[in-house]
Amino acid sequence: MDVTRTKVSDLRVRQLKAQQLLRGELEGKDLEQEVEKRLIFTRFEEAQNWARKNALFPLGFGLACCAIEMITVIGSPRNDLSRFGAEVIRFSPRQADLLIISGRVATKMAPIIRRLYDQMLEPKWVISMGACASTAGMFNNYAIVAGCDKFLPVDVYVPGCPPRPEALIYSIMKLQDKIMGHPDMGWRERYKAQGTEESA
Amino acid sequence: MTDPTRVPYRERERSVTMERLGEEPVSGTAAVTEGDVQDELFTINIGPHHPATHGVLRLLTTLEGEIVRDVKPIIGYVHTGIEKSCEDQQYWKAITFVERMDYLAYYYNAMAFCMAVERLLEEEVPPRAQYLRVLHLELNRIASHLFWIATAALDIGAVTMLWWGCRDRDLVLDLFEMSSGQRIHTRYFQVGGVMEDIPPGFEAKTREFVKVMPRRLDQYLSLLDRNEIWLNRTKGTGVVPVERLLELGVTGPLLRAAGHPWDLRKGTPYSAYDQFDFKVPVGTVGDNYDRFRVRIEEMRESLRIIEQALEGLPEGPHITPNRKVALPPRHELATSMEALIHHFKLVTEGFRVPPGETYAAVESPRGELGCFVLADGSAKPARVHMRDPSFVNLQSLPDMAKGGLIADFIACVAMLDPILGGVDR
Amino acid sequence: MPDATGLELIAQRVREGVSPEAVTGTAFYRGEATLEVAPSAVHDVLAYLRDADEEPWPLLMSLHGCDYLPEEPRLGVHYQLLSMERTDRLNVKTRIGVEDPILRSVVDLYPTADFQEREVYDMFGVLFDGHPDHRRILMPEDYEGFPQRRDFPMGGEPVLFTFNEDEYPRWYD
Repeated sequence: MDVTRTKVSDLRVRQLKAQQLLRGELEGKDLEQEVEKRLIFTRFEEAQNWARKNALFPLGFGLACCAIEMITVIGSPRNDLSRFGAEVIRFSPRQADLLIISGRVATKMAPIIRRLYDQMLEPKWVISMGACASTAGMFNNYAIVAGCDKFLPVDVYVPGCPPRPEALIYSIMKLQDKIMGHPDMGWRERYKAQGTEESA
Repeated sequence: MTDPTRVPYRERERSVTMERLGEEPVSGTAAVTEGDVQDELFTINIGPHHPATHGVLRLLTTLEGEIVRDVKPIIGYVHTGIEKSCEDQQYWKAITFVERMDYLAYYYNAMAFCMAVERLLEEEVPPRAQYLRVLHLELNRIASHLFWIATAALDIGAVTMLWWGCRDRDLVLDLFEMSSGQRIHTRYFQVGGVMEDIPPGFEAKTREFVKVMPRRLDQYLSLLDRNEIWLNRTKGTGVVPVERLLELGVTGPLLRAAGHPWDLRKGTPYSAYDQFDFKVPVGTVGDNYDRFRVRIEEMRESLRIIEQALEGLPEGPHITPNRKVALPPRHELATSMEALIHHFKLVTEGFRVPPGETYAAVESPRGELGCFVLADGSAKPARVHMRDPSFVNLQSLPDMAKGGLIADFIACVAMLDPILGGVDR
Repeated sequence: MPDATGLELIAQRVREGVSPEAVTGTAFYRGEATLEVAPSAVHDVLAYLRDADEEPWPLLMSLHGCDYLPEEPRLGVHYQLLSMERTDRLNVKTRIGVEDPILRSVVDLYPTADFQEREVYDMFGVLFDGHPDHRRILMPEDYEGFPQRRDFPMGGEPVLFTFNEDEYPRWYD
């Protein structure tokens, strides 16, 4: 696709055309041409999802070591999360729509996380960050819930102990794909194993 | 008449009294008239999910108006059972576990544990390894303090510091990544030395960091130290006298800010700290401002130590040559049967530690980090306990916050710098 | 650290200052001095060491529990004392059985013991008589059992590999 730059002098012409279009003054071929040039037709859901995926509001909620890397993703100028439209941290679950479970989930903490999740408004997504949150990792003992997917639905799992900031950013990109309705199939795609997903 | 903008904000607050409550008990059931509305106590719950608690700390706070009358820290929300998990791991694997306790000062956790095990084994650590340990410990202290200043200033309202602190902390993490391959939880320290020698280029990059960092610290001070809001919110708040701090077992920058020059690096030098020339920054009043300045100056002293460690880095092995404890170098595995057997024994069974118990303490960025190890003669420790400074220091929070405004209470939590992974373990 | 002789002198002074039965033994291992005291005398010995001894130990740095499973009495509680003036440490240790694990709390001597005694109770079930707020600290308050005793199971879930997934039928539920 070649990039065409419109001249600045065209701008006024295009504005006037748009004005005419909105007023219903255009007719015939002119109208057809203008509509083709100007309008995108899509389903409402797609447009909604497009808006949602580019305005994720993560909940400012840290649990353990992974929270440090999560704050690094948000706070470090090197991994600027606003490039992906997810840098607005909300500390109230009522205003957030992305819960990043960053760290090990103790049995004492699990009900509280569930309550936070319940307080968040639909639509909401969950990223399970790190080995501990996903499977209890190395702390497979009396105090830890083995995987936060035992008490809430998880959209993306991030491996690592702790995951690098790039891994978290990548998971957010994967989540954006999922929000758009094209979830990443991972190994299923590679081995042509679509249709083998477990249904909840 | 004085200019109202020059009056400290505490004195502008006329609706509440700063004195402690009297002896007479306050009844919550009595009808509240307009006159005694400030006598009504109410308890609010802060946390476990709250931006100002630095993790999942829960604080039951009793307020009278805006004055904090009582604070009860409730902890355990990230209790991981690491001490129990360590009992199921061989000694060299347990290092990985203890590192996850205080997740900003991971090198210190590993150091305390390795020191305890080395003491039980009576293992000598070669001088180069000692210097490399000191180098990384001090880099870690800087990284930890940088993260502290980033989040603490954010709590008080200086949002810029979050970006600046994280920016410079990334420089340190790059160094860690260079020497060990991980950003955090590096597991660089081994029993008997360090995992690998530093790679080529590490020294030049560290020197660059040492050169750039003092200017960055000046930047922080120029942002904060002459900022009226910062000074108003930190000066004179959260003061606890030295005697009380000592009673509560508080160590580290909190104690030094109150004027007590206790530092384990000077008091009972471990590793190679007796060969370095550095000062111990000490505050005078013990308020939040002193805590802030002490930590900033500690970073400067750490930079000096790093510089000296690079200058005086001795030649020699980076880990003990004792093959019963340390893995043989990789190239020997292809040529020496003995090395292969040692490698096999170490990886499958681990080394055995003679029965006994010991307590080794290091000066972490938050105070005395002690590690108690009980060995029963097998390849797994019978008990590992960490005396974590965050856990003990947290007990001083009620003393700091009582009688102050709730806004200062948030500043106190920030300046206390509790790491909840260390508190709960 | 007090050397082996110094430790014996301390033990002798404690025997004279508190009671002859207070000290049950001394151990000097890897340069660390440990004074073993009878469980009933812990509070008195620490009070003596803090105030009355000619070499006082004004600070309690760490208080932790320990489970010596095959040995009897099983539980141990360690008090790590520090003197900043002499840069010296002394470990005071006491052993109690699991049947009747009651010690006198030392919070009145060292307020720092507050959280740490609660932790020892939480993890090992040692009761501290006279503690101002004797509750669990790390585990949920309705938790049963004392998880860091050595006969308490590690807990957690079996890690599944292809070789052992038959042992856990319907693991995928």
